[in-house]
Amino acid sequence: MAAIIHTEGLTRRYGRQTAVDGLTFEILEREIFGFLGPNGAGKTTTILMLLGLTEPTSGTARVLGFDPAHDPLEIKRHVGYLPENVGFYDDLTGAENLRYMARLNQLPEDKARAQVAMALTTVGLDGEDDKLVGAYSRGMRQRLGIAELLVKDPKLLILDEPTLGLDPDGTNKMLDLIVSLSRDRGMTVMLSSHQLEQVQRICSRVGIMIKGKLVALGTIKELAKRELGDAGPSLEEIYMRYFKET
Amino acid sequence: MWTICRKELADHFSSARFLILLCLILMVALVSTYMAATNVREALEGMSKPSQVFLLLFSTPGRFFSLVQFIAFFGPLLGIIMGFDAINRERQHRTLAKLVSQPIFRDAVINGKFLAGVITVAVALLSLMLLLAGMGLMTVGVVPGQEEIGRLVIYLIVSIAYVSFWLGLAILFSILFRSLATSALAAVALWIFFSFFIGFASDLVADAVSPINNPRDTEEVVANRRVADAASLASPAVLYSQATSTILDPYRRSRSNLVLTGLMERLSLERFQNPLPLDQSILVVWPYLTLLAALTLICFGLSYVVFMRQEIRSV
Repeated sequence: MAAIIHTEGLTRRYGRQTAVDGLTFEILEREIFGFLGPNGAGKTTTILMLLGLTEPTSGTARVLGFDPAHDPLEIKRHVGYLPENVGFYDDLTGAENLRYMARLNQLPEDKARAQVAMALTTVGLDGEDDKLVGAYSRGMRQRLGIAELLVKDPKLLILDEPTLGLDPDGTNKMLDLIVSLSRDRGMTVMLSSHQLEQVQRICSRVGIMIKGKLVALGTIKELAKRELGDAGPSLEEIYMRYFKET
Repeated sequence: MWTICRKELADHFSSARFLILLCLILMVALVSTYMAATNVREALEGMSKPSQVFLLLFSTPGRFFSLVQFIAFFGPLLGIIMGFDAINRERQHRTLAKLVSQPIFRDAVINGKFLAGVITVAVALLSLMLLLAGMGLMTVGVVPGQEEIGRLVIYLIVSIAYVSFWLGLAILFSILFRSLATSALAAVALWIFFSFFIGFASDLVADAVSPINNPRDTEEVVANRRVADAASLASPAVLYSQATSTILDPYRRSRSNLVLTGLMERLSLERFQNPLPLDQSILVVWPYLTLLAALTLICFGLSYVVFMRQEIRSV
């Protein structure tokens, strides 16, 4: 399988502080990759570098074969990024928000209309599209956020804490949606989170990042075997072990 | 860029604050033109050969102020109101990270917003002028000549540039400050300073640079005035009001202070009371216009640089 994301010694410093330190990893086509780590570990900075929104201090990255430092537009055309706590234009309806995104992606008008309708149906908001976003519940907003990414028909989804603040039912719906996008549409997903059991449920591989360094990378089974000597434990045990070490 | 511009335009024209301010301006403008028109009509009764009457509509003070003074005063507010939350509102609503992760160049965001603001200002000022001109036609009954129309068009362009300066400044503040209130206050504070206190400030500068030790020494007084005039040119409000009053008043042929006018200049001013032709008026104010344009560009350029280098985060 081809690597969708590939980084080599990716580093970002802010003054004396190193936010991301020599990050080297790969994300393969069609996998759901869980990107774990405590708050402030450098997950968001890494994502920003992958999208070309922040310049790396050193190291290189390749996303879909493009270099984010030089070709950010090509990457942004094919990557859907859902920021943590995404916001919307509250004085527009859900469908209008999506249409604006479609226009920013320079989709022709008729294709945009079809894509918006498709995206709303996929996330299950097709009955609510003419309500103002200001009146949406948190779960609906989060799903609208996913719909916004689907409008441009991306190859790669980068989701930053997509289930933060959702109730159990909303969380389940969101996770099912992510799995179905990966399985049915063949999208690659990079999911940043610190909700470990959710990651364990849907991710094929995980990377654990602590204080700017990637301390573990592999399938959950591999990590369990290496660290704890048996293949049964939960991701939480593995994670806490790394966390205590550093 | 056009997509962003289009959305911002729609936002501006449907936003309550823009409509309220426009109504306010419209109302005051109507009242003041009406009063000016009445004054002009009275003044015309005794004149044998009035010329360029139509311009008087805009520059004659009614009971309180002329329309030109009014625009000089409220134009900046229009610019500030449209620009002060351009970027930090997106930040606060957490839409900025999403916006810049779309396949657009980052500068398209501010270019689009600036352009939308300028278009809104142009539409507002143009409709205001047309409305007032129509009203003037009805009350005074004078048809504007070609030259007068030319002068009004230039006045309109300069006014748009002036409001754009404040728009650019407000956008700059909206990038620099995270909070909406701070950026609004900063812009308003600067506006108040440039509009009301620049006189005191430039006097202070003049007194510091070339103090008047002996009030009867003309050289010293002249030097002091020169510095004060130069210092006050730092204010776009001064630049604007000097430029527009020259353009709208063909009898003004010099932009310098009365103290600074030389003997010959004063003589010629008194002897030849003919209106200046339009191109000569433009020549007189050309430096002011250049300076105003330069200030606007500096503001916009600064926002550009700051915004391009700024880190965009959702939190």
